[in-house]
Amino acid sequence: MPFDLVANVAVAGVLTGLVYGLMALGLSVIFGVVRVVNFAHGEMMTAAMYAAVVLFTAFGLDPFLAVLPVAAVFFALGYALQAAVINPFITRPEHSQFMLLVAISIILVNGLLMGFGPDAKNVQLDYQLESWALGKLLFDKARVYAALLALAVSAALFAFFRFTLTGKAIRACADNHLGALVVGLRVKHLYSLTFGIGAACVAVAGCMLILLVDVTPVLGPSYTLLAFVIVIVGGLGSMGGALLGGVLIGLSEAMAGLFIAPSAKSMFSFALLILVLLFRPQGLLGRRT
Amino acid sequence: MQRRSFNKAVAGLAAATALSPLNRAFAQSQKLKVGMLLPLSGYLGFIGQSCKKGSDLAPGVIKEMLGVDVELMYADFETNVDTARTRAERLIQEGANVLVGPFDSGAAVAIAQVAEQRGVPFVINIAAAPQITEQGYKYVFRNFQTAIDIVRNGLDLIGDLFQATNTVPRTAVYMHVNDTFGQAMTKGIGAMLPRATRLPFKILDTIPYDPASKDLTVEVSKAKASNPDFVLLVCRLNDAILLRREMVKQRWNPMGIISPGSPGMYEEQYFKALGKLSEYSISNVPWYNPNAKLTKVVEKAFNKQNPKDKLEFHGLNAGFTFEAILIAADAFKRARSTDPKTLADAIRQTHITDKMMLGGPIKFNAKGQVEGIGSACVQNRNLLPTVVLPTNAATAKPVFPVPDYKKA
Amino acid sequence: MKREAVGLLVLLLLLVFFPLFASSYALSVVTLILFFAYAGQAWNVMMGFAGQLSLGHSLYVGVGAYVAAILFQTYGVGPWAGVWISMAACAALGAAIGFLAFRFGISGVYFALLTIAFAEFTRIGFDHLTITGGPGGFFLKVSQRESWDLLNLRGPPIMFYYVILALTAGAFALCALLLRSRAGYYWRAIREDEAAAQALGINTFRWKMLAVILSAAMTAVAGVFNAFYYNNLFPEQVFHISRSIEIILGPVIGGVGTLFGPVLGAGVLTTLSDGITELLAYYNLEIPGVKQVFYGVVLLLVVMFLPHGIWPALAKRIGIFR
Repeated sequence: MPFDLVANVAVAGVLTGLVYGLMALGLSVIFGVVRVVNFAHGEMMTAAMYAAVVLFTAFGLDPFLAVLPVAAVFFALGYALQAAVINPFITRPEHSQFMLLVAISIILVNGLLMGFGPDAKNVQLDYQLESWALGKLLFDKARVYAALLALAVSAALFAFFRFTLTGKAIRACADNHLGALVVGLRVKHLYSLTFGIGAACVAVAGCMLILLVDVTPVLGPSYTLLAFVIVIVGGLGSMGGALLGGVLIGLSEAMAGLFIAPSAKSMFSFALLILVLLFRPQGLLGRRT
Repeated sequence: MQRRSFNKAVAGLAAATALSPLNRAFAQSQKLKVGMLLPLSGYLGFIGQSCKKGSDLAPGVIKEMLGVDVELMYADFETNVDTARTRAERLIQEGANVLVGPFDSGAAVAIAQVAEQRGVPFVINIAAAPQITEQGYKYVFRNFQTAIDIVRNGLDLIGDLFQATNTVPRTAVYMHVNDTFGQAMTKGIGAMLPRATRLPFKILDTIPYDPASKDLTVEVSKAKASNPDFVLLVCRLNDAILLRREMVKQRWNPMGIISPGSPGMYEEQYFKALGKLSEYSISNVPWYNPNAKLTKVVEKAFNKQNPKDKLEFHGLNAGFTFEAILIAADAFKRARSTDPKTLADAIRQTHITDKMMLGGPIKFNAKGQVEGIGSACVQNRNLLPTVVLPTNAATAKPVFPVPDYKKA
Repeated sequence: MKREAVGLLVLLLLLVFFPLFASSYALSVVTLILFFAYAGQAWNVMMGFAGQLSLGHSLYVGVGAYVAAILFQTYGVGPWAGVWISMAACAALGAAIGFLAFRFGISGVYFALLTIAFAEFTRIGFDHLTITGGPGGFFLKVSQRESWDLLNLRGPPIMFYYVILALTAGAFALCALLLRSRAGYYWRAIREDEAAAQALGINTFRWKMLAVILSAAMTAVAGVFNAFYYNNLFPEQVFHISRSIEIILGPVIGGVGTLFGPVLGAGVLTTLSDGITELLAYYNLEIPGVKQVFYGVVLLLVVMFLPHGIWPALAKRIGIFR
């Protein structure tokens, strides 16, 4: 196997992994704090992708710029969703939560189908198909930009949770629900805030992903699953974990695809998930609760 | 007492559905009721909609051609096999004299069983799994190529292509979706390619990929690394788009991309998503004859009904769907009855020469399969799928290798 | 107690005589309802009895289906023999998953994700297995559809209706019996508070494993039915996560852990789904996606306002204590 083939595949795997990580960031935040299994995660991202398409078609807005308005809108929607619908479900059994989010995802997917029709939609920008060459290595421009944004967003989130008062309050809720209530934190509000932040992350991921993949209403579920795999592998509630998990999955899928069989690449992600669940359920960078 | 009333409700529902009037007229009827089973939602939704364009225009055209009244009853089976079964039952109950559909092989098997059980003829518009007509069914008819035929015709056309353009590619890389369709094609290619003397190219590497995969970097890298002259591709729409884009990003320009018979590269979305990059991709698929008399009639009706659309993008889906209804109507005209058994017998005697899709006359063999359906070499030119071979149906000359072919 | 028994008998009689006055369409719909009622009941054993949320039950349906199908088609082993092997295979799988999960202390959401991972892994695996036809699907030869060949499960739809009816009734009876037995009390104890149960000396590991294995084996039978009723299997359909979700919709809507929940839930959901389709057709509102949006909204409302499912709320109204 020629070296430059392996190197190129490895680079692509890492870059793709960072984009996956960006997608999983939102889930990590939500799952890590609110502990709700957001099975509508992929669908929310699909909605964000459509939002980016709409802004591009109507205003010619580059998805990178669309990130700001779309994230803001999704933050608001996420907050509302948590406050109005999901909050009462935190104490309910998991299968109820699961059903709730399945119902939401069904509504989302089919609402998108009704609104946009079944055809795939995309944005068309020049730099989407360009790549930088470094010797025999090729770097896909769109993926590099998305990867850089992923790093920037995680850094920002990390700073938020580390250094701001609200961020610390949210972490407190995650660490010790009862304790947080005792010290007088408005837990419900903080949960809604967290969901909003998670939704905003997902929105950013969607705006990036539309540069790489065409969007159809049924795109969601496979990404939801992928996001869960990454979050478990990387570690709940850990920003770095989500990115690391993403890179790990991206890289292992790429290598498995290269050396074994490309059509079986997802098998390896699931195998990895099973192994992590068994031997290190808190994930690579997570903390044991 | 709510449980008793619940029981009553169940009984009531059962009675209501059971006793609703059956419209199956055994006497002479002026109208043929055709039950259309299509995937109008779910992940095959866009194809179902495409087929529907062919069926929507059918009653009008058929009335002109044959003087026969056809009433269409649509049912969306939502790309779900369970639903296909129940919707088929439902259509039969509502009085469908014949069923037409469904595009998807899995659904076709389910519907075929219902049709056979109820003794209602089922004319398949599009479904490639060979097993469907191997079950010994008496009421199932297919006017489409099986995967085996598709491969054979597809490979033949590749030979014709090389001959017409005077090229002799020595190597190829074979990439295919790893799903029902891709697998059937791969089996066919594996069997036929070694024996095809007109195709002396060697397959350097076979790369299967997951149709749901959103990232085909690895696959394309592998393909590029084997350094083939051209790409032999069995794909679906979304992955075809991803592959083409990835090829550009990896700066790989082989002699061309040829599909021996799969959807994707001739569909509207491929052009919309790729623009100029869609140019020159080749698909060897069952297609309509642009020069046939019936084609022009259908095209006129199509343009009237879909002013902002072009028949070329729906040629395969709409064309075969239209022909399926035509078969039913033609049989109805000869049988002069809507009795399902009589209709089925009449369909068995079908011999239609005035048709729109390429190939010999529509005539069913003992298994209910039409033999001799032709394929065309369809190349993307000027953002339209264009027939370049066979020459008697061509509207342009084939271009191979592509202009930006760079010998690596 | 008496009222329940009478009501049940009435329902059973209705279902037994149903095919006599039902249309073929109605028969196919109720067959589907019974299938999901049965599968839901089987799932309910794992969830309701042992408190383990399995979101990958399609694994057992698929494996059960393929094993029996291959034995029949390739080796001529009839379904009545094949079903035992299917059950054994799925029991082994369930045992493996249960063992891994319980030994390593995985529960709740993590267990659910583990089950999803196994189902997906198997789906992709089967897509690459040539012995089962890979993604091309496995086809069973349909020899005849006229007379009842119960031995080979070849026959008209009405035969399959009675088979699934018998299965569902049997599952119901089995679960009722189990709930009243010692096992039932242990399970309830474990579900309510595992630590307390352990403190009382109950071997929670053994009883949880039992529930998992039983659930898997019961689901295998649903798979066998699936294979012989539909006569073809595609890994994409049989192992798909949407199948797993379909299986649990019934019990969750109807009432997890209850006896009537899965049956009621399956009935309500299928009727709802068909009802919406009819309604939309009546008002000519057939836009793709509308039906599922309605369905999703109803699902949402039920989950939000009837947190324990429809049956417990209904039972309270009728005055039944469970």
